[in-house]
Amino acid sequence: MTKSELIESLSRKQSQLHPRDVEMAVKNLLEQMSQSLASGSRIEIRGFGSFSLHFRPPRVGRNPKTGSPVPLPGKHVPHFKPGKELRERVDMNSANSEISQDMSAAND
Amino acid sequence: MALTKAAMAERLHEDLGLNKREAKELVELFFEEIRATLESGNQVKLSGFGNFNLRNKSERPGRNPKTGEEIPITARRVVTFSPGQKLKARVEAYAGSGEQSQQ
Repeated sequence: MTKSELIESLSRKQSQLHPRDVEMAVKNLLEQMSQSLASGSRIEIRGFGSFSLHFRPPRVGRNPKTGSPVPLPGKHVPHFKPGKELRERVDMNSANSEISQDMSAAND
Repeated sequence: MALTKAAMAERLHEDLGLNKREAKELVELFFEEIRATLESGNQVKLSGFGNFNLRNKSERPGRNPKTGEEIPITARRVVTFSPGQKLKARVEAYAGSGEQSQQ
């Protein structure tokens, strides 16, 4: 499911709202979430999961062409930890449905 | 302060003028839609933010950390998140302490 499919599906379920408003709301929510992480704040959604930042310490990398060492500064990366409800619902269904993301190419 | 559903709904109300009930419902529905999609075995791709993927893990040996007793970790399906380029770039620039809580 892509962002636009998500917007369509939410619009069908919230028919009292104009689809344009649903679209703006979804974009607004994703922007709020990105902004929160970009400013170092966690996101905590009960039953869904939490997003936080993990720190990657500075390290010495290598220029793959010349092999010369390149110092790489430390950085933060986003991390998602699924919440209990999401974990359980996803796992419970694993017995009776296939993961379609890997199957789509084979089935086409 | 961590971002929560309540704060997200409040912002929707302020930014877009949805009434508070609509805003709260929409936030709830937004996360439920993602959960339901993953539950049905489909990945969710939110361009600019990131992808929620599913992985099947096979059974592997584990241990009860308290007793040291060996117990198998059963096969399961798990959700993984891979942040998009745009989110990674925005977060990388964050220069705060490296001690961000991991909960």
